Amino acid sequence: MGIAIAINQIKDMFAVVMLAGIYGLVSASFFVTLDAVDVAFTEASVGAGISTLLMLTTVAMTGRTEHEASHKPMLALFVVMVTGGLLIYGTFDMPYFGSVDAPVQNHVGPRYILDSMQEIGVPNMVTSVLASYRGFDTFGEVTVIFTAGIGVLALLSVARRPDDDTAIEAINDSMHEKHLILRVVIKTLIPFILLYAFYVQFHGDFGPGGGFQAGVIFAAGIILYAMLFGLSVARRVIRQPLVQLLSAVGVLIYGSVGVVSMLNGGSFLDYDVLSADPIAGQHLGILLIELGVGVTVASVMIMIFFSFAGRSEYQQAKKGESL
Amino acid sequence: MDSLLNLASSFCLLLGSFLCLSGGVGILRFPDFYTRMHAAGVTDTLAAAMILIGLMLQIPETLVIIKLIIILLMTLFISPSASHALGRAALLNSLTPVVAGDKNHAEQTTEVGDNPSKS
Amino acid sequence: MIIAATLAILVVMVLAIIRGVMGPSLYDRILAVNMFGTKTVLLISLLGFVMGRPEFLDIAMVYALINFISVIGVLRLFEAFTAKHNGKVVEPAQRDL
Repeated sequence: MGIAIAINQIKDMFAVVMLAGIYGLVSASFFVTLDAVDVAFTEASVGAGISTLLMLTTVAMTGRTEHEASHKPMLALFVVMVTGGLLIYGTFDMPYFGSVDAPVQNHVGPRYILDSMQEIGVPNMVTSVLASYRGFDTFGEVTVIFTAGIGVLALLSVARRPDDDTAIEAINDSMHEKHLILRVVIKTLIPFILLYAFYVQFHGDFGPGGGFQAGVIFAAGIILYAMLFGLSVARRVIRQPLVQLLSAVGVLIYGSVGVVSMLNGGSFLDYDVLSADPIAGQHLGILLIELGVGVTVASVMIMIFFSFAGRSEYQQAKKGESL
Repeated sequence: MDSLLNLASSFCLLLGSFLCLSGGVGILRFPDFYTRMHAAGVTDTLAAAMILIGLMLQIPETLVIIKLIIILLMTLFISPSASHALGRAALLNSLTPVVAGDKNHAEQTTEVGDNPSKS
Repeated sequence: MIIAATLAILVVMVLAIIRGVMGPSLYDRILAVNMFGTKTVLLISLLGFVMGRPEFLDIAMVYALINFISVIGVLRLFEAFTAKHNGKVVEPAQRDL
């Protein structure tokens, strides 16, 4: 909470972003002590990693200090407090955190915990709940991520003229000498980062991991490459149309698994009917949808970063021209 | 054999914690950014290596040892590069290091050097 | 012994935060955050051993990567920012934040 208060008060944006990173990290440690490994994993990679990077890119565009507020937002504060108060009042009715006779602990939880191994056969129960028992919710999450990507594209995509490219490349080539050591080290590291992303993706059945974390790690590797080698080089490696196509393909894979199970006689996203043996069907289904999730998350994160950074570079090149 | 491993592991962990603590105290008490970076660098590489080696000697499972080796290798790659990038950025942005002949830090130079500073 | 190491690392993390709050220049703060990150990697590995669940090592690896990428990100963007102001440094180094 101290960190949250500090984030509110400090006016320097770089410090705020760093503090937000530490906040994400403290939440991850919190989850680790609560013995929730998958959540800690996701929080560490998304909250402390990608969010910090994207916020930094934004700060590079907006400027470093926060302007003084021109008016006191009294009405907004009032609305927020009333809503918060109502929400807190609503929680009085709910059972205490971790109490034994809550409906979650009595009906849903034991069913998942006791039956997961026989019905699905995947050691990591979080994956089985996320991908199979609550597969529909996960489908919604993937679609939300996809929509966020489309939103960023709609708002921020900049038409790139060819002479912009040469100006930006000139900036990048002149910086090669400066970053020589980092570039060499990172050239060695990036294959391992991408390999690690694949490991997390496919190992999600047995340990912490899964599509979301793997997608974020993959995107972080590509963002690292783009930051040090220049955006134009990275754009030549990962072309924009390909990334846009992949983000849609991920959601499409997920939906197709559901449709195929309907065509095979089960209900939407019922993996039992995907193969002769229900357990094999479950495994196949979980594999495919995690793949879809990973592909969409990675490509949307890459798309968002390219849009933000592309805009910032465009501004920079424009300033260089006008001088 | 088992108690030998245990002993070696405890020794490594103890050494690592001591180095870490001394680095932590250093980062608070050193007078200048560049010296603090040295203290932080000690904790990042040597102390981390000692602690990870100590952990490696604790559990005989192969997969855990491989993962720990990978974390160790990554740390040894990453921490020096990060320190290099940070130091270089600070130098290029004209954060000047405190040198022995600096008037402002006269009290430190008399401890450190034999030669009196020429003002 | 592992518990002693965990406590030592926690103490060092607190010291790093103190430097992060106190540090007179921006680079001190970035250094403190970087150190906090690497100590967290060690802390998560140690906690994994204390709680008997070696899966935490995956999280430690991810966090090491994320920490590195964040520090490089801050430095790169800082460079892009000063380049935007045509090489005039907006006195970040000595200015008290």
